[in-house]
Amino acid sequence: MIELISDTGERREMTINMGPQHPSTHGVLRLELVLDGEIIKKVKPHIGYLHRCFEKYAEEVGDYAKVIPYTDRMDYVSAMNQEHGYVLALERMLELELPERVEHIRVIVAEMQRIASHLLGIGAFGLDLGAFSPFLYLFTEREKILDIFEKISGARLLYNYMAVGGLMRDVHPEFKTDVAEFVKTFRPKIKELDDLLSYNRIFIKRTANVGVLPVEVALNYAASGPVLRGSGMKWDLRRNDPYSIYDRFEFDIPVGEGEMGTLGDCWDRYIVRVREMEQSLRIIEQALDSMPDEGDVMQAIPKRIRMKEGEVYVRTESPRGELGYFIASNNSASPHRVKARAPSFVHLCLLPAISKGSLIADMVAIVGSIDIVLGEVDR
Amino acid sequence: MKSTEEILEYLFETFPGTEFESLQGDVGPARIKVPAAMIKDVAKVLRDDDQLLFNTLMCLSGLHYPKEEEMGVAYHLHSTQLGHSLALNVRVSEQKPEVPSVESIWKTADWHEREAYDMFGIVFTGHPDLRRILCPYDWEGHPLRKDYVQQEFYRGVTTKE
Repeated sequence: MIELISDTGERREMTINMGPQHPSTHGVLRLELVLDGEIIKKVKPHIGYLHRCFEKYAEEVGDYAKVIPYTDRMDYVSAMNQEHGYVLALERMLELELPERVEHIRVIVAEMQRIASHLLGIGAFGLDLGAFSPFLYLFTEREKILDIFEKISGARLLYNYMAVGGLMRDVHPEFKTDVAEFVKTFRPKIKELDDLLSYNRIFIKRTANVGVLPVEVALNYAASGPVLRGSGMKWDLRRNDPYSIYDRFEFDIPVGEGEMGTLGDCWDRYIVRVREMEQSLRIIEQALDSMPDEGDVMQAIPKRIRMKEGEVYVRTESPRGELGYFIASNNSASPHRVKARAPSFVHLCLLPAISKGSLIADMVAIVGSIDIVLGEVDR
Repeated sequence: MKSTEEILEYLFETFPGTEFESLQGDVGPARIKVPAAMIKDVAKVLRDDDQLLFNTLMCLSGLHYPKEEEMGVAYHLHSTQLGHSLALNVRVSEQKPEVPSVESIWKTADWHEREAYDMFGIVFTGHPDLRRILCPYDWEGHPLRKDYVQQEFYRGVTTKE
């Protein structure tokens, strides 16, 4: 519903809808904006347009393993990380020991997926703010990662690659050289990205001092990942609550420093993602060095999964933040309850807190900077 | 850093006479069962006490136990300052599923509680804006209840294939 401002000069609030079909809402998201002129007085996000009942399906499918392909479809731009979180939760419940080769391949693909996801997030963020060419450059790089994933799993977007206790199939023989080649060619591109977008004056003007998120607010809203790190907090689950074999690798945790304006603004959240890609490359290199060449990736996969009674909450660092799976089991072949605690869901909840008082044009920058995927918000 | 047993003991000292219970499944860590009416007071202590400092609520999920005719809520807390984690459980009857909201303690509970209301029909008393979140506002029933029957028509359109 649109209310018009009366022409007698009287000030009236106006309510407009941004979305559900809006190019910069990254999917189908409706933001109800209450405006005074072009200043945002209030934001009310409306979600649920992509609700596909993932949790109900997980309860009713009758097999823990058959849920894995569905996890892909939550955050469809970082499917490997979603699978990793889910299988890890089940492995922790079953107390499985994994072969070294499996752990290494998982870390390598998870970090490559992180890079691919950040490339899309950053590219789309630039696109939202009118920078078209970085998007094309970044997609060229993302394509190389997808090519490698296609070779190992047969799919380019939704892989169904990880299994409880192992992997669906072994990697192809040239996997190591393919990845090493990608790392070599990708590293200089980060510098190019900095020249093209990060330190572009228009881009800085659009993102610095916009959508400031103080660290106390971030914690109270349980923000995580680049959103929390952008506010200056050194917090990464790969370091603070290590899972898989992340405790063996050396990497830094980039945080926002308020370089271009206020600490915790859109630019800080953006630059954390750029610098994280560099760290992911470091992890991939170390994992490639220590990855064993031989080993059966399917030996630890259980034939049938029957879980005893209990509840776990297992969290991993997905490209968007803390991806947690809460699984309650009750002595049967299918879970009693699965809840995916998606980082985008939590971050969207804090959107009203950081966008009040900003301009309507900045809303686009703020939504882009928290990098949400609606598939994961709605599940 | 405190273990769940130490926290349980600490809670017994802080809230004398309250029936906390330790739950231990065959898998997963121990949990603390808190009487539903007490959850907000307990949450406040957990967040503010110098020894506990649970500054983030990682996850809040609704649960349905059809055999016991009960609804449940699971809270997962973490302290970024002290590095410890804690799982809390609350059980209420199916007939009167009312749990005090912890939205004023951890803002992140806002949407999690709305989701639990939408999916399970658990009413969080004191929540400032308890509306459905994933389903349409005029949807009937709560889909994640085990006894849920999907409505046949929604606004005159069939919901089945």
